[in-house]
Amino acid sequence: MSSMAGPARRPTLSTTTESGDVQTKGGALSPWRLAWRRFVRHRMAMAGAVILLLLIVYVVVGAFIFSEAYANQTATFKRLQPPSWEHPFGTDPVGRDVLARTIYGGHISLSIGVSAMLVSVVVGVLIGAIAGYYGGAIDSILMRFTEAVFNIPSLFLLIVMAKFFSGRIPTVELFGRSFSGSVIVIIVVIGLTSWMYLARIVRANYLSLKEREFVLAARCLGVPNWRIITFHILPNTLAPIIVTATLGVAAAILSEAYVSFLGLGVQPPTASWGNMLDGSYVYLESAPWLWFFPGLLIVLTVLSINFVGDGLRDALDPRSLTK
Amino acid sequence: MTRYIIRRILQAIPLLFIISVILFALMMNMGDPLATLGGRQPPRGEDRLRLARQLGLDQPIYMQYVFWLIGNDWMMFDTTGDGAPNAYGTRRGILRGDWGTSLVTRRPVVEMIWQRLPNTLLLMGTAQVVIIVFSLAIGVYSALRQYSVADNVITTGAFIGYSMPIFWLALMLMYIFAVNFKKWGLPYFPTVGMYDPAVGRTFGQVVWHMALPVATLSVTAIAAYSRYIRASMLEVINQDYIRTARSKGLPERLILWRHALKNASLPLVTLIGLDLPLLLAGAVVTERIFAWPGMGRLFLDHVERADYPVLMGILMLVSVAVVVFQILTDIVYTYLDPRIRYS
Repeated sequence: MSSMAGPARRPTLSTTTESGDVQTKGGALSPWRLAWRRFVRHRMAMAGAVILLLLIVYVVVGAFIFSEAYANQTATFKRLQPPSWEHPFGTDPVGRDVLARTIYGGHISLSIGVSAMLVSVVVGVLIGAIAGYYGGAIDSILMRFTEAVFNIPSLFLLIVMAKFFSGRIPTVELFGRSFSGSVIVIIVVIGLTSWMYLARIVRANYLSLKEREFVLAARCLGVPNWRIITFHILPNTLAPIIVTATLGVAAAILSEAYVSFLGLGVQPPTASWGNMLDGSYVYLESAPWLWFFPGLLIVLTVLSINFVGDGLRDALDPRSLTK
Repeated sequence: MTRYIIRRILQAIPLLFIISVILFALMMNMGDPLATLGGRQPPRGEDRLRLARQLGLDQPIYMQYVFWLIGNDWMMFDTTGDGAPNAYGTRRGILRGDWGTSLVTRRPVVEMIWQRLPNTLLLMGTAQVVIIVFSLAIGVYSALRQYSVADNVITTGAFIGYSMPIFWLALMLMYIFAVNFKKWGLPYFPTVGMYDPAVGRTFGQVVWHMALPVATLSVTAIAAYSRYIRASMLEVINQDYIRTARSKGLPERLILWRHALKNASLPLVTLIGLDLPLLLAGAVVTERIFAWPGMGRLFLDHVERADYPVLMGILMLVSVAVVVFQILTDIVYTYLDPRIRYS
């Protein structure tokens, strides 16, 4: 799985040579088109993409059917009701509709997944690029740091950091909705505990790419370093970044679920798939619908993203067909 | 080789130092340990100052780190609060074998961890054996039937297992094998603790209580490992020496388990070596759900009270284990695969 740190890809040169399975008719297709073709043929990846799309439709359309006020509305006279026509997923210990809460929890879980991934990509690429491009002392300091963070088991680090930042940020207003500040805390924390792998890959690619002629040429023309880093080298190392980022969304959604499950993540009344499970194991026997549906949604989301990520890896890097 | 080992150990020292600094800095903001000390009534005013002084919490963070690292018995402290240092500290620091004292229980950290560690290791060790046996069997089976229906089912199953949050899997297992089995009148598995207090800590009891937590811990790893085994088995099975073995008429069973698997299981060594210490951590959620009295639960209980000496003890123990196992894995690898030479 970790063979993505291989030699750098140069999309501008690889047109038809590395795609024995795709016969092009007429003119040469761009490498991104070729990758797209390989992706579309990947059955698992397409299945994953379809499930993912359905899940997004579920949380988006669902928000038009149920209001957020309804999702947070407590009604103690109908607490812990089993699934029925009125409440297809049942109700929770304070009488809230579980279906509506999985929809709004889905907003939170999915946005945490994407934003935490963005944080980790920014940090990972930045550290990897600077370390790989400048080399020398900067490289060894940054890589020692990366290795140190890498060696702390991530769940421990996640718990400690969640506790470290907890209770700092008040409720935030965004798009006319108010979120618990813990959402932002969790995004930052997950982002800051998951960049190490990407940083290593990016560094390895920068190390080899910076010796290439096109970088030398750019340097001779007097292009500033930051431009070389961002506009010359970065596009050539996009493929592993895209794959890692996709799988990173799945990992971030899982991380959110773990931290919230332990009660250190997103704080109620804001729902997330993770915190809907927090404390629900008390009702293991009496109200299985409490934990079954949010958990199922997590599994489906993570599974489909993993399928898509797997397909992207095969599509973008035909040489890393390790399976 | 000896020089390589020595170099690796020397490299590990600054690494562990950086880890301890990062973790200690994070510890300092975990919450107020003093607030949890007085029971229902948190200490206030003069009491609070006195407690902070006695526990060394009034010192600046870098001094607290130094004391945690090398102890404070070389420095005079003011324990009475009159402004004049009057006694030497009593801590010797983790480098001299003193892991400190829990702020909450006032017991030595070493003792607390030592009490829980065997329970965690028992759970982890069993899970590791289950993982190796099942992932080898599944991986080899699906490699030999590449692209068959069985292989595709296993592949899908592996992806599902890999994508499942541990706690949800645990809840499902508990619901099926404890709740519903009980309902159906079948022998059901217990969901809480290590043994039934009414029966006592017998071998049978512990095994019986361990079944569900071990299953929970194993599934994700089996899903991942069996993929690696399948991939490396496919790679090996098409090599010349396997064809040679076949053409000289060796029984297929022997070729498979003696010749092919030996090389195909090399990646497994790396995986186990790198994951073994992580299993210590992986137990956090499982131990919580199944109320298993191990180190993960100790960690969670003391996170809530910001008891940094205990947390630092556990975290450093795990970090050291990670680093040591990395070195061990590399060394073992050279014995298993003589083509690899470190210089």
